[in-house]
Amino acid sequence: MIKQVSAVDLRAVSSVEDVSQGLRDNSYLPDEALATSVYLALRLRRPLLLEGEPGVGKTEVAKVIADWGGGRLIRLQCYEGIDVSQAVYEWDYARQLMHLRTMEATGKALGADEADLADQLYSERFLVRRPLLEAVASGDGATTVLLVDEVDRSDDEFEAFLLEVLSDYAITIPEIGTFKAPDPPVVVITSNRTRDVHDALKRRCLYHWVEHPGARREAQIIRLRAPEVAEALAREVAHAAAAIREVGLYKPPGVAETIDWARALNLLGGASLDLAGASATLGALLKYREDRDRVVQHDLAAIVSDAAAASETPSE
Amino acid sequence: MSAVTSSPVADPVDAAVGFAGALRRAGLEVPLSSAMLYAEALSVCDVSSRSDLYWAGRCALVHRFEDVAVYDAVFGGYWLGEALKTVADKATVSVPLMLHIDDEGDGRGDDEQPETDSEVMTVRYSAAETLATKDLADYSDEELEEARRLMARMRFGGPMRPSRRLSPARTCRGRLDVRRTVRATMRAGGEPVRMERRISSRRPRRLVLLLDVSGSMERYARALLRLLHAAVTGRSRVEAFALGTRLTRLTRELSSRDPDRAMGAAAASVLDWSGGTRLGAGLGRFNDEWGCRGMARGAVVVILSDGWDRGDPADMSEQMQRLARVAHRVVWVNPLKASTGYAPLARGMAAALPHVDDFVEGHNLDSLERLAELVLSSDGATAAPPFARCRDSEAVRARP
Repeated sequence: MIKQVSAVDLRAVSSVEDVSQGLRDNSYLPDEALATSVYLALRLRRPLLLEGEPGVGKTEVAKVIADWGGGRLIRLQCYEGIDVSQAVYEWDYARQLMHLRTMEATGKALGADEADLADQLYSERFLVRRPLLEAVASGDGATTVLLVDEVDRSDDEFEAFLLEVLSDYAITIPEIGTFKAPDPPVVVITSNRTRDVHDALKRRCLYHWVEHPGARREAQIIRLRAPEVAEALAREVAHAAAAIREVGLYKPPGVAETIDWARALNLLGGASLDLAGASATLGALLKYREDRDRVVQHDLAAIVSDAAAASETPSE
Repeated sequence: MSAVTSSPVADPVDAAVGFAGALRRAGLEVPLSSAMLYAEALSVCDVSSRSDLYWAGRCALVHRFEDVAVYDAVFGGYWLGEALKTVADKATVSVPLMLHIDDEGDGRGDDEQPETDSEVMTVRYSAAETLATKDLADYSDEELEEARRLMARMRFGGPMRPSRRLSPARTCRGRLDVRRTVRATMRAGGEPVRMERRISSRRPRRLVLLLDVSGSMERYARALLRLLHAAVTGRSRVEAFALGTRLTRLTRELSSRDPDRAMGAAAASVLDWSGGTRLGAGLGRFNDEWGCRGMARGAVVVILSDGWDRGDPADMSEQMQRLARVAHRVVWVNPLKASTGYAPLARGMAAALPHVDDFVEGHNLDSLERLAELVLSSDGATAAPPFARCRDSEAVRARP
């Protein structure tokens, strides 16, 4: 796989196929729906809100877009209680104080103008930039990608603030002034849907629900992410994973888990999926005891043999 | 890519407005800004490709996964000229699992452990019991209205939990607040006179209310729905669900302050009033779709149900165990508990009990008031009286 070396102007993509190819070149296989959403988000300069089950590759989309554009990925991981000082900016008070003391000690403070001194203290030198400010201030919309991860974990107040930032891409710091992105960054927001994201925020965004990939595409993803896995094994693993997702588990395995599983099976030397290997490595796929029991009771042998049969006949 | 059969899009704005209108008629909420976004999207898309046309609309106009089915149907009708199926009724979107229709009326006691349960069941319907306290189930419409007004005054406050957000501390505890300390230091001419500190603030835990709307609960459900409304509008971070043969999220419907609108919307969105009882399965769906993902984590979960379950008790036990593992506290409100001689013999109830932190009655206003108190005090941090209500209306609380 040849990685794109030259930077691509993300705003200048001309078709859905371009996006599809660009993501594929960076080891991400989007389906047509996702490629269209990304294309529209890039062209219309709108934030892209991705919702879906955990483990379907929402966060990965942002990383891959950044790789593709050759620009920076700025990540803001949301959590409960996140506030301005962690998301936007903070003053480095310790350094400010030290600066003041140094001025005093060297006697410079005596002659200095009071206003001058304040200007010095509240200059960008003592400003600690957090992700949102970083994304806005360094805003090179052609390459920078801002990932707001798991926005559903933050509180409503923060969401309202985020909405404000995303509508005019400007952040005002009272002591310095307003930072405005001349060219807004590409914004990807993800949510696991533990609560509803506010409608106002959704209206700003393009919305896409990310599904689990189909068996054929998942096999391709496994091959792309874990090239050491033989093609036949990858296909069987993908079919088995699709069947296991249908069993009705607490936590249906995500794509990352399937890749882990394929890697584990490969490591144990199986060229194809068999019952012994599958049950020994099930822990890579299922992380609840109850889920494991359910799959075993649901006849793992049948799943394994069905997967072998299904992967023989290549069909979507 | 197959081409769209109807005429190609001449003017994106006209097309967007027309399609948005069609979606609105089908019951979707499409704000003007989304329609404009859609028009923009059409102008950069290859509109002769069906898939571009489809996905452009879906990511610009649809904001909730639940709305996708409606969108699909309208898309087919509007762009492809397919006969428009009845889009408006949500019933076509999700399949109701109507399993038992015999859950109604008096036959109920007979098919579940007839020999032991018959006594318990008769107690519930005996005249003596209904006269002992004014049972919620026996309210007339006027009394129900009165009860709603009283419930609206009920306050579900705490329990609180430490938040990650820090607030200034008065005492010498907590982390050093460098920001405020430096500010004060600068004011004092560079002398650090006082160390300012910050301490984590407290915020209310999420409250999740699950109301059983199956046949056996019918007479209580209409009164308890008003309690849900009071809770949802009364404080922040409250979620409400109806549990029947299906799981219906009511938080949005109940969040209207206008009680009549809220009740109407909630009643309309629950499609399985008085249906069969599959409590275990319903709880399972709650756990899968909402609870274990995060909604029930660290929350106080209140289940309002009589515990009649036609499913497998093992299922019920398993789901309750799962819920209890993630929740801060599980409270079970059973309107039947107040009946003299009541024992939790219903299989579902018996299976659930080991995983319930508080098992309380909820058959009249007094007991619901105690419930509000209980929810408030689950961590001992009772701040305000739970029930700022007037006691003037004795009509609904009358005792013979």
